[in-house]
Amino acid sequence: MSRGRFGVHGGQYMSETLMNELLNLEEQYNHFKEDPEFIEELNTLLKEYAGRPSLLYYAKRMTEDLGGAKIYLKREDLNHTGAHKINNVLGQCLLAKKMGKTRVIAETGAGQHGVATATAAALLGMECEVFMGEEDTKRQALNVFRMELLGAKVHTVTTGSKVLKDAVNDAFREWISRVDDTHYVIGSTMGPHPFPTIVRDFQAVISEEMKEQILELEGRLPDMVIACVGGGSNAMGSFYNFLDDDEVKLVGVEAAGKGIDTEYHAATIAKGELGIFHGMKSYFCQGNYGQIAPVYSISAGLDYPGIGPEHAYLHDIGRAEYVSATDDEAVEAFEYLSRMEGIIPAIESSHAIAHAMRVAPEMNKDDIIIITVSGRGDKDVAAIARYKGVELYE
Amino acid sequence: MSDNKEIKIANAFDNGKAFIGFLTAGDPTIEKTVEYVLAMEEAGCDLVEIGIPFSDPVAEGPVIQEANIRALKNNTNTDDVFEAIRQIREKSNVPLVFLTYINPVFYYGYEKFFKKCKELNVCGIISPDLPYDEKDEILDVASRNDVDVISLIAPTSKERIQMIASEATGFIYVVSSLGVTGMRSEIRTDLESILSDIKEVTDVPAAVGFGINTPEQAKNIAKVADGVIVGSAIVNIIGEHGENAREPLVNYVRSMKDAILSSIL
Repeated sequence: MSRGRFGVHGGQYMSETLMNELLNLEEQYNHFKEDPEFIEELNTLLKEYAGRPSLLYYAKRMTEDLGGAKIYLKREDLNHTGAHKINNVLGQCLLAKKMGKTRVIAETGAGQHGVATATAAALLGMECEVFMGEEDTKRQALNVFRMELLGAKVHTVTTGSKVLKDAVNDAFREWISRVDDTHYVIGSTMGPHPFPTIVRDFQAVISEEMKEQILELEGRLPDMVIACVGGGSNAMGSFYNFLDDDEVKLVGVEAAGKGIDTEYHAATIAKGELGIFHGMKSYFCQGNYGQIAPVYSISAGLDYPGIGPEHAYLHDIGRAEYVSATDDEAVEAFEYLSRMEGIIPAIESSHAIAHAMRVAPEMNKDDIIIITVSGRGDKDVAAIARYKGVELYE
Repeated sequence: MSDNKEIKIANAFDNGKAFIGFLTAGDPTIEKTVEYVLAMEEAGCDLVEIGIPFSDPVAEGPVIQEANIRALKNNTNTDDVFEAIRQIREKSNVPLVFLTYINPVFYYGYEKFFKKCKELNVCGIISPDLPYDEKDEILDVASRNDVDVISLIAPTSKERIQMIASEATGFIYVVSSLGVTGMRSEIRTDLESILSDIKEVTDVPAAVGFGINTPEQAKNIAKVADGVIVGSAIVNIIGEHGENAREPLVNYVRSMKDAILSSIL
């Protein structure tokens, strides 16, 4: 079996043109992750620039209203640039710079990863180009302008279904064309090895802090950790330091769109099949004969036909459970958290909140749930207004 | 099949330098794929690569991406592609190889896929997303069915060249340039040094592809390589002429083949 496996999943299914670069990346990463200077530099950036540690907030009104388990929110929405994406991007851009790269490229769905990459590139004085599906540039027009403001060049991707998957395709095409001075900052725990491992390691700070914080606040581990899953980076980051704590139930929430029994969803674990795509073996939503299926979600960030290989493995061995929430449920949760706690969550994170709203009332009052609020919802306000039939444009 | 001569990739290189043409199956239709493959053979194509259309051809430039979209719009599927090959085999012994992303093959089932290849005398498979490091995925089942897993070597392969070449079978696909497929006005890679690294460790023929479209380029490449691979330029003719591409295809393949032959004069 080749490098970078999680059970049968993972691997390096990539063009030969990129293989030496992937091997080099792995070698450099293994070196720098043990390098005290690199660790110190990254930790300083996370603390002084991104604003870590992020808060673990007890959602008192929500807890009382749902009448069951005690609910804590891991506030990744409070990070600089408004989402968990910055954790990974600071790590990868710093690594790229140490490797001698002067230019970074990235794909983006909702725009959060693109904004985060553009931000880190500005901070570290690197060139940045971001690939974004045409559909998403419309859904998230403000983020396009935001990236440009940060000095990045945004490429509108007009191939395929013009969403996240197609942005990844074009980012790979660009990397194949220009690899010498360029690092591809993959935004999730996906793609060929070593990306799923690198991204997970850089996001693992989420569960590292969670664990410390909940032990301090409650003196014990949570009963359940809930996070939304597209490619799966905030969920992997939220799960990772609990993997050996069997008493902590880990739940990933996929986007069910208009329902998993319709054609319009992005629920890879629920409806996908084993396949090989974007450099990895994992589960993918596929049509007949192994064509990658168009997927749908109200959330541009979850609108991806695959799932990271480590999640696929955690599903196989039963260590994590994967459920789904529909557009309607996510929008309801979006509004619920806004009203109940004064926190407007990203529509992606709202999928996790929606699932907590289902299960918390069934749990005991001394049970503890931690929900990862992976991002803030300012970017989604106009889209939610339109979803509800209010003609509001940014 | 016209006779019982064994069909293998080596036949394509028998006469010195090979011209290898590519088209996407089902573009514009499966019937035309059969007609165009036979026409290309008549015009001098020594080996034909047949692309199985895929929704997300990450290694392709715009020309072949468009061909994939056209083929999928016609609902071309893997069984249709095998049917086209069955019809080609009624009339021709031209060596054929598949160019396919690995997922359609995985989904079809490796055993079933390679068994069909053997039945229809498809001699090889080129998979742009199955590098040396992952070839165990299909190597055993492919070789049991006499299908060569074609190795790709890129301008960035460097110290991997000899590792890859020493285990290669069928032919070696040398990628001329960084980037995706597509016509290029100039090829800057030092192909001679890559090819000499290859020749040190193997006698398996090495053909160069990516970006080649003019007879002049073909002639220059043929001076150093055992074969010249052309995809986008052919697909471009099919894209432009649709169902009436036979004549321009024949003319184009002839001009390329003549240029390649002139390189050994």
